[in-house]
Amino acid sequence: MALSTGRVNGTARDRTAGSGGTRGQGRHQGTGPLRRTMSRHWYAWAMVAPVILVTALLIGWPLARGVYLSLTDATEATMGRTIGVNVIPSTYEFVGLDNYISILTSGLFWEKLTWTVTWTVACVALHYGLGLGLAMLLNRKVRFRSVYRLLLILPWAIPGFVSAFIWRYLYNSDYGVINGMLKAAGLGAVGWLDDPTTAKIAVIAVNVWMGVPFMMVAVLGGLQSIPGELYEAAEVDGATPWQRFRFITVPGLRTVSSTVILLGTIWTFNMFPVIFLISGGGPGSSTEILVTYAFREAFTGIRNYSGSAAWGVIILMLLVVLALVYRRALRRQGEVW
Amino acid sequence: MSSVTAGSAGPTGTTAPAVSAKRPRRREDRSVGRSILLHGTLLGAVAVSLFPIVWLVLTSLKPRDGWLSSELEFFNRPSLDNYARVLTETQFPTWLLNSVIVAGLTTIIGVFLASTTGYAISRFRFPGHRGVMWMLLITQMFPVAILIVPLYNLMAGLGLLNQLAGLVIAYMTVAVPFCAWMMKSYFDSIPREIDQAGMVDGLTPFGAFWRVILPLARPSLAVTAFYCFMTAWGEVAYATVFMSQEEKRTLGIGLQQFVGQHWSDWGLLTASAVLIAVPAAIVFLLVQRHLVAGLTAGATKS
Repeated sequence: MALSTGRVNGTARDRTAGSGGTRGQGRHQGTGPLRRTMSRHWYAWAMVAPVILVTALLIGWPLARGVYLSLTDATEATMGRTIGVNVIPSTYEFVGLDNYISILTSGLFWEKLTWTVTWTVACVALHYGLGLGLAMLLNRKVRFRSVYRLLLILPWAIPGFVSAFIWRYLYNSDYGVINGMLKAAGLGAVGWLDDPTTAKIAVIAVNVWMGVPFMMVAVLGGLQSIPGELYEAAEVDGATPWQRFRFITVPGLRTVSSTVILLGTIWTFNMFPVIFLISGGGPGSSTEILVTYAFREAFTGIRNYSGSAAWGVIILMLLVVLALVYRRALRRQGEVW
Repeated sequence: MSSVTAGSAGPTGTTAPAVSAKRPRRREDRSVGRSILLHGTLLGAVAVSLFPIVWLVLTSLKPRDGWLSSELEFFNRPSLDNYARVLTETQFPTWLLNSVIVAGLTTIIGVFLASTTGYAISRFRFPGHRGVMWMLLITQMFPVAILIVPLYNLMAGLGLLNQLAGLVIAYMTVAVPFCAWMMKSYFDSIPREIDQAGMVDGLTPFGAFWRVILPLARPSLAVTAFYCFMTAWGEVAYATVFMSQEEKRTLGIGLQQFVGQHWSDWGLLTASAVLIAVPAAIVFLLVQRHLVAGLTAGATKS
């Protein structure tokens, strides 16, 4: 530490001349309010500028364009394009809210929404429940604790698309090991990904397998930050294990829990690779969540750009509303977030 | 908050056994039966979490058509045949190279952008501060679906389809907002006095950031770098759409070819999956402690 401050002092002296100059300038030029703000904040703006530019160009512009496309009837056929030297102009037209109306009045949307909500709630509840349970087991004094912890977080260490492929192989109805085990146990093989219900269970199981380690480690971190004295005091006062859990563990975990649950919800809601790579949305479109459906709409068959953009806008709205409601709920409980 | 507490959990964790040795806590005492139950549960969980990975490795070691058998045999004529085929007969090496380039560039640029932004919103109260914070928070929720079509058109217009650079740019939109948020929370935990001292000594704000704060933030930089890398390494949707040429593919799309609709070879797939997962898992296990602290702190502090 002493060494590093020494180095800072050294470099600081070298730089005084330059920086002193600019600071002096700022003071003298500070006549108009605009100029004064400029000279006070230019370095902050300079540091934020690259990200603002990147976000504006790559998120802001596409977002604006996406919203605009969602109000048109653009498809692959009407979109302007260049084939060789021929430039074909766009022929799509502004149609107002037609796309939204047709989506919101279609049974398909509500079906997908119901499944997406079921999928999100089931996954997040299982992630958190199992994560909390395992974290509480690991928070005890257990022999081989660090070994258990290491082995339990391994699924998280495998890249998502690799996990998806592994599970697709395990579920394979002819060569998959799950059916192999069922046969060995004298039960019939199940076409896991061929039936809507089993396919839904299958994708939820994979996502749970992938997501529990994160929850477990996060909750474990929260548990370790609860002072042990609280539990000792409660024990002296004769609190039952359930009371200790209810009145010490739950409030102690509130900050961590609220964060990981919100993150988990957003991640699961937008979870693309699991569905896309394992079931491909099938059979039919029964396991298609909103995000994968919008993707399919945009990039298969005749590419329906406007329809998919409208789906995208609706998904985004749902998430923003969710985040706002969640934030407000936390505020009401006195959380500063 | 939790990054600080996670740091301090280490020392308290080590002193706890000493305390309980002197004054045994009833909560920690267990009968033999409960001990068995506890270890049994943990072992069960470990079995579930490890089984797919173990099976992957075993399958990859089977001979060429070994994956076609659904029988529960563990070691049957183990061979490295699948690995040899993946590395010589397929385009796996090209895809691997593409993935490494894309992920590497995403990491370098992402860490740079995230740390400058994170520092600015952590330290300075400038007009637009709140706006930037909100922007970073909201962009984290953007579904791929809404951006992918306009981004595709944008890339097509700029001639960046089938270019690795285009993919890197697309990944910026995913990685940077979250990483900036993580870096901000780490900078928040470094006392302001440190950079103020630097500035009193005559450093410019940039100088204080570059020479004083950044070296202190090394653990967090490592986590951010890792997060950027993993984002790019495991992404499928953008890659599928933007990279249609075979030799420009990254691993996530390339692997889909091994198990297509009409032809599939799980031997190739499992071998390449092992080759991809092993380095990722090793690096992951090295940084994971910091990763959780960074993730949860990133969203709790504001």
